[in-house]
Amino acid sequence: MVEFLQMVLSGIAVGSSYALMGLGMVLIYKASEVPNFVQGEMALLPVFISFMLLTSYNVPYYIAFPATLIFAFLLGCFLEFGILRRAKEPNVLGLIIITIGMEMILLGFVSWKFGADQRAMPFPISSYDSIIIGDIFISTLDMLTLVVALVIMLSMFLFFRFSKTGVAMKATQMNENAAALMGIKTKQIRMVAWGISSMVGCVAGLLMAPILVEPYMMWDPMLKGFSGAVVGGMTSLPGAVFGAYIVGIVEHLFGGYVSLEFKSVVAFVIIVIVLCIKPSGLFARHYVKKV
Amino acid sequence: MDMKRDYYEDVRIFTSGAVIFWTGILLLLLAIFPFVAKNYYVYVVNFMAINVIVVVGLNILVGYTGQISMGHAGFFAIGAYGTIVLMTQAHFPFLLALPSAGLIAAFIGFLLGLPALRLEGPYLAIATLGFGITTTQIIGKIQMFGERQGLHAPDLIIGGWHIKTDKDFYFLLIPITIAMVIIARNIIKTKVGRAFISIRDADIAASTIGVNLTYYKTLAFAVSAFYAAVGGGLYAFVLRFIEPELFSMFMSVTFLTMVVVGGLGSIMGSVAGACLLGFLDLQLRNILEIPYFGDWIRMLSESYFTLTGASNIQLIVFGLILIVIMLFEPLGIFGMWIRSKKYWLAWPF
Repeated sequence: MVEFLQMVLSGIAVGSSYALMGLGMVLIYKASEVPNFVQGEMALLPVFISFMLLTSYNVPYYIAFPATLIFAFLLGCFLEFGILRRAKEPNVLGLIIITIGMEMILLGFVSWKFGADQRAMPFPISSYDSIIIGDIFISTLDMLTLVVALVIMLSMFLFFRFSKTGVAMKATQMNENAAALMGIKTKQIRMVAWGISSMVGCVAGLLMAPILVEPYMMWDPMLKGFSGAVVGGMTSLPGAVFGAYIVGIVEHLFGGYVSLEFKSVVAFVIIVIVLCIKPSGLFARHYVKKV
Repeated sequence: MDMKRDYYEDVRIFTSGAVIFWTGILLLLLAIFPFVAKNYYVYVVNFMAINVIVVVGLNILVGYTGQISMGHAGFFAIGAYGTIVLMTQAHFPFLLALPSAGLIAAFIGFLLGLPALRLEGPYLAIATLGFGITTTQIIGKIQMFGERQGLHAPDLIIGGWHIKTDKDFYFLLIPITIAMVIIARNIIKTKVGRAFISIRDADIAASTIGVNLTYYKTLAFAVSAFYAAVGGGLYAFVLRFIEPELFSMFMSVTFLTMVVVGGLGSIMGSVAGACLLGFLDLQLRNILEIPYFGDWIRMLSESYFTLTGASNIQLIVFGLILIVIMLFEPLGIFGMWIRSKKYWLAWPF
């Protein structure tokens, strides 16, 4: 039983970072209707910037991390404003291809600049400390990830409920033309959505960086976050969080009880099973297309 | 200008004398190429030909049927491993093992096509992506497939012809490639191809006029998987050594890149895209060896970047090509060709 609880807790901890990535993906999917393959790299570049600030320039944490988040926000805005918005007659495949292109450029740049060495980022909290609750261990870093994820989810909820920008964002996602007629600058809103999504992803990246910093570090969380978002339905923020936690927990349970080797492919099996039952995910309404 | 007056005119392989002329020139060049070129360039052309096979197959799925696949490296791997294992364990001759591996992949493609019937857009993208990654992971853990160590290709003997060098293999590969491209073109020109295109343009409308969606969508996956697997089986003999890491997600993305750069829904575009990007891929991997430009990159890397990461410039270039193509010419090389053709036909007006 203790073993089981331990696995579930580790799953929840890992699921938190997946959930942040998934949230970012859903935000962008709702704004631009494109599965955002650049999500991982939008977090990767800021993480490396922060790594550089901390190690080469000896900037203190309380400046480096906020600066990184602001950079992430601007990067997200730029990718939407500078590249995606310029697409001619976009269709889904075209937009996917553009995000893949952006991803390749950012990944290539980061690997060129920093090489493929595996490093760890200095962080205020050591990644080896752990807290013991009853018989269950959880590392302080995981605990922090969990808390930060919950705080971000809560603040997103409040943002969409009570802030003017958040409500405008929801309106834009529901019906763009109607929102534009109400005086909402829908293009600007879309850009801000990209910025926020990039920031949320960047937080996940920063929380993973104390363990490992290398150019491919965001691949796995991005794919798992994407899987979580698809399980949850791609258009629902709570769905993405729920899906990401499911992916995290099932992955750990599978790794513990069935086979450690195939742990990383479980997420895709979950997707296939869920999509066979509900083709648009668990939380999204299935729209039947009309001719 | 390209008006078709009857059906037989549409299905003809050679639409005009000019096409016959240029095809003849191309075949002649392909025939004399290995005798005049250096061995390395024969290897490069072999590599490009394999890309052509896979990309033409992928275009049937993505460009003609409108189903995105980001997991073609999975089928490619099945073809490569399937061919080698059938030859070494079951002692099949090469010419039997290659299509057998293709048929195995086609069956798996059919199975993948079943859940894909209900999926579209991002859901299909992540499902196929997952398929590609899962396949590679599973292959890397099965003992018969050499696990992480990979497999060596056996000696290739067809009849009494012992194929050892890249040049020998060239004469096997090029006819196969040409045959596969012509078959793909013929598929598109028949009832099956028109069904694919109608599914891409409007699947519900297609089903109301009697196109069986289940049959044709899974068929598209199966055909495309067959092409990828044949390409994979040949690739194993170009490299002579395969390991699971080769068939990464980036390989799937590279194939998709080639389709898009060549032009969605165009066989000739796919050939052009595969050749162009296949060549660039090989050249950019050893970017530091390119004369002049390589030295400049080396200097730049040493002062501002890292030298070990310089091969990643390939990613940057591919990404830039993708974005530029999508922003300015969504139909790729084929679109440019059509546009310039129209311009010159109507010139000077």
